[in-house]
Amino acid sequence: MIKAILIFNNHGKPRLIRFYQYFAEDMQQQIIRETFHLVSKRDDNVCNFLEGGSLIGGSDYKLIYRHYATLYFVFCVDSSESELGILDLIQVFVETLDKCFENVCELDLIFHMDKVHYILQEVVMGGMVLETNMNEIVAQVELQNRMEKSEVNQVI
Amino acid sequence: MALKIVKGSIDRMFDKNLQDLVRGIRNHKEDEAKYISTCIDEIKQELKQDNIAVKANAVCKLTYLQMLGYDVSWAAFNIVEVMSSSKFTYKRIGYLAASQCFHEGTDVIMLTTNQIRKDLSSPHQYDTGVALTGLSCFVTPDLARDLANDIMTLMSHTKPYIRKKAVLIMYKVFLKYPESLRPAFPRLKEKLEDPDPGTDAEPHLLCVQKLRILIEDSDQNLKYLGLLAMSKILKTHPKSVQSHKDLILQCLDDKDESIRLRALDLLYGMVSKKNLMEIVKKLMLHVDKAEGTTYRDELLTKIIDICSQSNYQYITNFEWYISILVELTRLEGTRHGHLIASQMLDVAIRVKAIRGFAVAQMATLLDNAHLLTGNTQRNGICEVLYAAAWICGEFSEHLEDPMQTLEAMLRPKVATLPGHIQAVYVQNAAKLFATVLRKHEGETDSQAAQETSQLLIDRLPLFVQSANLEVQERASCILQLVKYIQKLQQKNVEVAEEVTALFAGELNPVAPKAQKKVPIPEGLDLDAWINEPPSESESEDEKPKAVFTKEEHKHSRSRHTEVDEKELARRREVRKQEQANNPFYIKASPSSQKVYDAPGVEHIPVVQIDLSVPLKVPGMPTSDQYLKLEEERQQKEKAERKKKEKKKKREKRGKERKADSGPESEEDIRPAHQVDIVTEEMPENALPSDDDDKDPNDPHKALDIDLDKPLADSEKLPVRTHRPEVLKSPAEDRVNESIPQETKKRSGKEKKEKKKGKEKDRKRSKEEKKKKKHKEVEEELLESQPEEAIQSEETKEATAPPTSAEIKPTVCWFPVQKSSKHKKKKQKKEKEEKEKKKKKRHHHHHHHSDAGGEDSVQNGTVEEEEPLPPMSNYSLLAENSYIKMVYDIQGNHQDESKVVVSVIFENKSDSFLKSMEFNVLDSLNSKLQRPEGAGPHDSLTVPFQLPPGVSNEARFVFSVQSIVMPQKLKGTLTFIVKSDESSTHEKLDFKLHFTCTSYLITTPCYSDAYAKLLESGDLKGSSLRLEGINMPFHHLLARICFHHHFSVVERIDSCASMYSRSIQGHHVCLLVKTSDQTVSIDAKCDEPSLLGNVLDEIKQTFSKC
Repeated sequence: MIKAILIFNNHGKPRLIRFYQYFAEDMQQQIIRETFHLVSKRDDNVCNFLEGGSLIGGSDYKLIYRHYATLYFVFCVDSSESELGILDLIQVFVETLDKCFENVCELDLIFHMDKVHYILQEVVMGGMVLETNMNEIVAQVELQNRMEKSEVNQVI
Repeated sequence: MALKIVKGSIDRMFDKNLQDLVRGIRNHKEDEAKYISTCIDEIKQELKQDNIAVKANAVCKLTYLQMLGYDVSWAAFNIVEVMSSSKFTYKRIGYLAASQCFHEGTDVIMLTTNQIRKDLSSPHQYDTGVALTGLSCFVTPDLARDLANDIMTLMSHTKPYIRKKAVLIMYKVFLKYPESLRPAFPRLKEKLEDPDPGTDAEPHLLCVQKLRILIEDSDQNLKYLGLLAMSKILKTHPKSVQSHKDLILQCLDDKDESIRLRALDLLYGMVSKKNLMEIVKKLMLHVDKAEGTTYRDELLTKIIDICSQSNYQYITNFEWYISILVELTRLEGTRHGHLIASQMLDVAIRVKAIRGFAVAQMATLLDNAHLLTGNTQRNGICEVLYAAAWICGEFSEHLEDPMQTLEAMLRPKVATLPGHIQAVYVQNAAKLFATVLRKHEGETDSQAAQETSQLLIDRLPLFVQSANLEVQERASCILQLVKYIQKLQQKNVEVAEEVTALFAGELNPVAPKAQKKVPIPEGLDLDAWINEPPSESESEDEKPKAVFTKEEHKHSRSRHTEVDEKELARRREVRKQEQANNPFYIKASPSSQKVYDAPGVEHIPVVQIDLSVPLKVPGMPTSDQYLKLEEERQQKEKAERKKKEKKKKREKRGKERKADSGPESEEDIRPAHQVDIVTEEMPENALPSDDDDKDPNDPHKALDIDLDKPLADSEKLPVRTHRPEVLKSPAEDRVNESIPQETKKRSGKEKKEKKKGKEKDRKRSKEEKKKKKHKEVEEELLESQPEEAIQSEETKEATAPPTSAEIKPTVCWFPVQKSSKHKKKKQKKEKEEKEKKKKKRHHHHHHHSDAGGEDSVQNGTVEEEEPLPPMSNYSLLAENSYIKMVYDIQGNHQDESKVVVSVIFENKSDSFLKSMEFNVLDSLNSKLQRPEGAGPHDSLTVPFQLPPGVSNEARFVFSVQSIVMPQKLKGTLTFIVKSDESSTHEKLDFKLHFTCTSYLITTPCYSDAYAKLLESGDLKGSSLRLEGINMPFHHLLARICFHHHFSVVERIDSCASMYSRSIQGHHVCLLVKTSDQTVSIDAKCDEPSLLGNVLDEIKQTFSKC
């Protein structure tokens, strides 16, 4: 199970947070801060797995993350998830974002947090991996966007 | 309407949308909080509007603010409104917001049930999809229950997109509403074979060699994954991973902390008796050079974890371990001083033989305390002084120079230590004082003794002034005591004896779960009031009164205390008596004197270690000497083994060597010291409970459900119906009623059987299981005989149930009254019971034959072999026209000197039997355990009466000293026969036969351990030949198992090895072979006379057949 997905930038500013287990807002912010602290002090040439976050999970949980330019994509998962599988999933997610936003950058995430959520919803559902095929994900996202557009047109 | 929509969209043009909000926040970096609070005010206004577009926009912005840490739960109702929009665009916004901020405590969630149901059944797949996605995040037990059926329907949706989501969400539904798992399972199973798979399975079966390549790879991710995979393989194939110890130790040097921690984790699982010292040495080196306290502390905890795991299983030399702990105290700035301290205490208390050494080391630590406390007061390492002071005080008889230690403990610098440590110093200084006094008085050196008192009188005032209350109080008490002692000393009165008496008695360790495991005696209600609490009105009334009648009250109170003191003394006496008689009470009983003859230890030679190099110079690593010794020992052994092997090879050239006589065997290393645990630290009669290991917080616990059981009606998922059900005709109703009831019954039974099956699998060959089964049978019997279930005396008995209680085909456990009214019913019941018992017997047979945990029997032909004839271990004790007694003797696991004699008394007469008194003439070797205070010839009252035709069982505990010879004890039962007209006093003599078999306990043994045992050469052999045995081999084995408490280690065709252990830890090994009605038994045991007697008894068993 994926317990949380956090995207924050090099300064620890959250760009998307998605908890699959309930935490109150202040706790969520603490978790973001702790995770940022753990992840940001690591070199880029060390491994992408990290154990020992104290706020979320415990010994059964680990952080699997990737660092792309200005953004950290961090998945907090329990031991039932495969490390390589999640690492791959992060890549799929980022590639999908890249395709949907056409050369995605941090600003896209800043201004379109809702859209990023809708894309993520096609990849992970309730903490479980839903789809890993990028074309399928993109197709579903586009169909839903089209539906939204048609509704806007109706109003106008 | 149209106008409204247009108006709404125009309104929207003036509202901020999400992008505007983000931009605004970015432009107000200086006063972000203020800006956001104005935005929230705007949002609140927008939410008040009727227009759904405006509301949705507001909710979208709230979702963003939630990410920044703002609580938006106040808008929960508006979120529900937006979710209910018919437009996909808004619905999606609503569900997103809900999934970010709804949780089980959100009260509006219950309003959403119908909306979600509507969305789930929407004709548009994306409405359904959005609802499923949202629900997966905020599903509650109520929602799960109400919607489980709707989601199950979606698992057969035409669109794979929906099917996939529905299957995934079912997992969440199961977690929240476990009852839905069974009804949904068949369909789920079907769906999981869906050709449109959701996840990909990756096969990662790499052999350890390949993993080595991964770990050596420069890619850090591969290295990490390699180590991770290693730890998985370690669980199943520890040997193959252990050979890569070098590589894993190398990883401790990696720059990446994740990898270092992984490697540490692996080391924890890799240690064995052989390599523990070496691995810990490497870790100690890392501790020295580790930069950063976090990692160093991690190393420290790992070292302690590794050494203390499974009750110090891998430590062969505790002197080495104490040295390691002492070395660890030199770590500066660690937070884990308390951890080291608790280890020191634990080892010193539980490993009795190490106390002398430990005390010497601790004395050195105390002497050099300045090195530890050094700079800062908050230095965590000074916690070890707490342990050191306590150990030196408590075990001061081992101190070489108690005076010096006493002096060290009273140095002025001690007053800078934390209060709780000072308190321990002061208290233990008093203990040391007692020891010193005793020493001096033994030497009649009154001068030195008085000097010691003077030392305390000089130094203690410093502690009397302590700001810490505890220190102050203890110091002032002890100071006054010493002053008094000094006065006595000046009068030349000998005081040492009395001062020592202050600290007399040993503190015994108690296992952490000991209290929990004591079963609550029948009839004891822990929640009941001992004294009824005074009613509130009363106390309110009394208070004001007390103010006015103070004088009077005082008077009456003082009178009260007078009475109370006498009363209290009396009660104390009574309580002492009770405690002494109460088996649940932990006493300083003989068990605490038991030191080294724990089962299986006495034949292990204690490794002699040169003690002439004690730790004297602080700062010098000393644990190395043990490592060196260990290496030397290993080398010597290796050389010897080589010699032996050469010899062997020469002897049996061409013959195959035994597989497990390999040089790397674990059992070769014997611990120099034994850890006292379990037997002593657990109270007698503690119930083994496996639920300790279960994590009560495990969210998957609820899903531990039997999926193969057929569905009962009550389990069907709630389905919403629009119309009330049409009334059926009564006749129809009756028919319908009977069917589900039957299925329910059946499913209930099956459940029980399943449960039994499961249990069997889980705990094969464990004695505990037997007890459980025993209980289960009891329960079943109770269930089936509600009208006859007279209170069972048996459960009141304090002694442990017999180990093979489940097979007593010839006896009835509960008083069974013959009554014509229930006869028919009873006959049926009896039949059922017989059948049950048959099954049981069958189980039992399997149980025993594979008790060794080996597959050879299971995979053999047992399944097809004919069932066993009924067997019973109860033999006749005595019989006359009134009463019949049968008995069985069982060893007690928890106590090597006790056996339990279970006697079943059967009333054969038409009269009532009462006042039964059981007495045995004790011998020097065997004694009936009588309650404290009873004389050695007093008889025990049998705790029940017997109505005509009834039988019941009572148990008596006997203590035995030597178990190598069988014994017979003469005894008498006296009882009163009471009929309508008269009552007579009767007596019946009997002889209790303690066979050597009754001292054996069925103990499973793995074949490799068995082979080691035989190889060790410590066992002496004997053999037996039985002629004319014509019973199937498995019957023969089962009989030996059953009657003589053996377990089968391995069986190959008509040859089997068997094992058993005596209550005092003798190993008894049998090799049973059969051919042509002749059975030959080759036996080995470390006690030849015990073996001879057991063999005689086996012979007798088969001569009866």
